[in-house]
Amino acid sequence: MRVRIGLTFVALLYIALLLVLPLVTVFVEAFRGGPERYIESIFNSDTLSAIRLTLMGAAIAVPLNIVFGLAASWAIAKFEFRGKSFFLTLIDLPFSISPVISGLVYVLIFGLQGWLGPWLQEHDIQIIFALPGLVLATIFVTFPFVARELIPLMQEQGTLEEEAAVTLGASGFQTFFRVTLPNIKWGLLYGVLLCNARAMGEFGAVSVVSGHIRGLTNTMPLHVEILYNEYNFVASFAVASLLAGLALLTLVVKTALQWRFGGQIAAVQGH
Amino acid sequence: MSLLTHVEARPVRAWSFKKPSVIPGFGLAFGYAVTYLSLIVLIPLVALLLRPWELGWDGFWDTVTAPRVLAALKLSFGASLIGAAVNAVFGLIAAWVLVRYNFPGKKIVDALIDLPFALPTAVAGIALTSIYSPNGWVGQFFAQMGVKIAFTPLGVIVALTFIGLPFVVRTLQPVLEDLNTEVEEAAATLGATRWQIFARVIWPGILPTLLTGFALAFARAVGEYGSVIFIAGNLPMKSEIAPLLIIIKLEQYDYAGAAAVGVAMLGLSFILLLLVNLLQRWSAARAD
Repeated sequence: MRVRIGLTFVALLYIALLLVLPLVTVFVEAFRGGPERYIESIFNSDTLSAIRLTLMGAAIAVPLNIVFGLAASWAIAKFEFRGKSFFLTLIDLPFSISPVISGLVYVLIFGLQGWLGPWLQEHDIQIIFALPGLVLATIFVTFPFVARELIPLMQEQGTLEEEAAVTLGASGFQTFFRVTLPNIKWGLLYGVLLCNARAMGEFGAVSVVSGHIRGLTNTMPLHVEILYNEYNFVASFAVASLLAGLALLTLVVKTALQWRFGGQIAAVQGH
Repeated sequence: MSLLTHVEARPVRAWSFKKPSVIPGFGLAFGYAVTYLSLIVLIPLVALLLRPWELGWDGFWDTVTAPRVLAALKLSFGASLIGAAVNAVFGLIAAWVLVRYNFPGKKIVDALIDLPFALPTAVAGIALTSIYSPNGWVGQFFAQMGVKIAFTPLGVIVALTFIGLPFVVRTLQPVLEDLNTEVEEAAATLGATRWQIFARVIWPGILPTLLTGFALAFARAVGEYGSVIFIAGNLPMKSEIAPLLIIIKLEQYDYAGAAAVGVAMLGLSFILLLLVNLLQRWSAARAD
C-alpha cells in the first residue's frame, strides 16, 4: 500500500512539475498585465497578421496532407506490393529529422545559394522568406500524421468490403467514397486534428524558411519568439496562450474521439 | 451483366511488383503518394546529402570537427540522452501508476501526458524558461542554492525531458496493460518479494519497450529546437545546441557548412538509434 501511494505521489509530482506547471505559467503570464493588455496584445495588427498567416499555412498544408494520407494508406492497406516497409519508413522520416533540418533542406533548394536560387531570383519568384516556403516546410513536418493514423486503421479493416463493392460493379471512386471513407472517418478526423495542431504550432522548420518579417512572414509561433526576444513578455505569453488554448482543445477533442470511437481509430502509438 | 468486365485478366509474370488485385486505383494512389513524397521529402533530402560535398571530404570533416560544432553536438546529444534517461525512469513510474492504480482525476492526467505533443514548441519554450529562470517559480529555489537552471545545459536537459515524456509513457502503456498478472501472482505465491517480482518477472518483459520509448524520446530530443532555444544560453561552446548552429551557418550563407552539420546530426542519430535497436532486440530475445 505504501509503495502504491509512494509511486503515485512521485508520478503525479513529476507530471505536475513537468507538464502542468508550464501550461499554467502560459496563462498566468499572459494575464499578468490584466485583461486589457491581453486584448491589446491579441488585437494589434502584427498579431492578427501572424494569426492569419498561421491559419493560411494550415489551410493549405492540411488538405494537401489529407489527400496524400488517403492516397498512401489506400495504396498500402488495400494492396500488396514490394518495398512496403521502405515506403512506410519514408513516410515516418520527418519524425526522425530535426525541424531545423526540415527547413534547411528547402533553403538548400530554394534559397539564394540553393539549387534553384539564381533561377528564382531571375524570375522574381519568392519561395523562401514567403508563404510558399512556409507552406512547404509545414507540409514536410506534418504530412505523416494523417497517413500514420489511416494506415493501421485501414489495414485492420482489410479489403473485403472494397472487393465486394467492386464485384458489385462499383468504380474505384465509388468504392472509395461510399465504402472506405465512412469506415475511416473518425480515424481521418483524428489524423487531421493532429496534423492541424502540429501545422499551426510548427516553429523550428518555419523559423528557418521565414524571413521573420513582422506582419509579413511571421506565423504565430514565430511572433511569440519575436515578442519574447524583445522582452515584451506579456504580449508574447498572450499569443502563446492562444496556441496553448488550441493545444488544449486538440487534447480534449482527441481524448473524446479516442473514448467514443477508440475501436475505429486503431492503436495510437505516440507521435 | 457487367460484373467482371472491367477486371482485366493480367498476364502472369515471373517477378511482379504488386500482387494482382480486383480493387482499382493502385496506380493513381501509389503514383500520387510517391510523387508527393519525392517532391516533398526525397529531393530535399538528396539536396541535403549532396551539399556538404562542395567542401570535399576534408572540408566536411573539418567543418564537423570544429570545436564549436563538436561542443554543440555534444550538448544536443548529451542532453538528449540524459533527458531520455530521466524520462525512462519517471516515465515508467508514470505509466505504471496510470495503468495499475486508480485515483481521482486519473483520466485528466492521462490526457495531459500528450501535452508536449500538442503544445507548440515555442510556447513550451517560453513557459519553461519563465519557470526555471532565476526569478521563476522553480528557478528561484535553485538560485538560492547557487544553481542556475535556465540558460545553462541543465535548462536544456529540463526542456528535452519535457519534450520526451509522452514517447516513453505512451509506448509503455499498451505493453503494461497487456502484462500477464498471473505470472506475477504465481511468483508471489512462490514467496517472491515485491522487488523480486519486479526485477525478475516484470522488468525483462518491459525492457525492450522501455528501450523503444527511450529511443523515441532521444530521437525527438536531439533535433528539438523550439522548446530549447529559449532556455538554452546559446553561448557558443557552452550552451549552444546543434540546430541553432545550423541556423547561424545559414544566416552566414554557409549553406555547405549548415548542411554538413545537418548530415552529421542525422548520421549520429542513425548510428545511435541502430545501437538502441540492437540492444532492444537482444533484450527481447533474452525475455523469451
